[in-house]
Amino acid sequence: MTTLLTETGVFTIDANVSGEELWLSPAAAESATGWVLKEEGFCRGPLCVPISPTIKTELVSNGNINISDFWRHMNRPILHDESGEVWVLGESAADRTAQLQSLEAPDFTLPDLQGKFHSLAEHRGKKVFLCSWASW
Amino acid sequence: MPVWQKIYNEFKDNNFIIIAVAMDSRKGAPDKWIRDASPSYVSLIDREHHLADLYNMVNVPQAVWINEAGRIVRPTETAGAYEAFRYMELATGAVPENEAQKAKQTHRNYYAALRDWIVNGDDSHFAFDAEGARTHIPTMTSEMALAHVKFRLGQYLLKTGKIKEADLLLQEASRLHPDSWTMWRQWSKPMESGLAAGPDFWERVYALGEKRYYPLPDMEGMPE
Repeated sequence: MTTLLTETGVFTIDANVSGEELWLSPAAAESATGWVLKEEGFCRGPLCVPISPTIKTELVSNGNINISDFWRHMNRPILHDESGEVWVLGESAADRTAQLQSLEAPDFTLPDLQGKFHSLAEHRGKKVFLCSWASW
Repeated sequence: MPVWQKIYNEFKDNNFIIIAVAMDSRKGAPDKWIRDASPSYVSLIDREHHLADLYNMVNVPQAVWINEAGRIVRPTETAGAYEAFRYMELATGAVPENEAQKAKQTHRNYYAALRDWIVNGDDSHFAFDAEGARTHIPTMTSEMALAHVKFRLGQYLLKTGKIKEADLLLQEASRLHPDSWTMWRQWSKPMESGLAAGPDFWERVYALGEKRYYPLPDMEGMPE
């Protein structure tokens, strides 16, 4: 089993790892990353990225998706540990910047001291003072 | 921080909430602080510093102001802190009077501005319009995006006991994102007090030169 750390969480998934390549079934790719392979390309929500037929042959084989090369193709940071068992699929600086430039405050879900999860979105309709601190 | 509870008490019935997020990877590190303060606003723990990644935060305390529609009206900036400690006489711990005054002024005026926004909303002249908000969003680079990925993998590996590998990743993250005090202080070995403020910290602060440790918000009433 392979552990994937993505924008939406931590997933333990049956993946095929070969060196710098990480292959996922379409269902696993969708649940861990939100990206779906469609006629028009790779889509996440309303956004679709067209994929040329040449690139498609590199990214899709036997019905599985080479998610690592897709990530690199999108200029998103991707990293794995020495064992190849843990992978992080990150968001790019361009994605982050576009999100902030839209001025729509990016949502997040984090636990309180009791382990109960809270989202920013729950407070829509209120002014929010979102502040950071640390014990160190 | 006591001021957060004070402001929340004043305005909790004005459609206002405070969400304070502890950027603390070490298990249990912020617990005592939260218990002692027992805030009635929302207090969350972010072991992987996800918020810093999303909002391009690099130090604490920083804050973002978000209006009722979920729109950012003041992007990430220092929240009322002033770097008076840089002017401290190390032998005695004394801070020059003029710097102590600047610290008070920064704190007072920043939270006065926050109160003004809570009362007046988008009409407050401390709330940026869309263009103003966009120009104040800190720039994110691909090195910073990669640093966040390394930091996350490092924190995950720490939890699973791969300490050496994790340490290298966290160090690498700091190198890629040198402006992030959050990453560096989280990685750096804390003193007995729990503070990452030993000789390495001071060395890094001296290396700032003219650069600020707490860049001041672009806001009326801040010190020169």
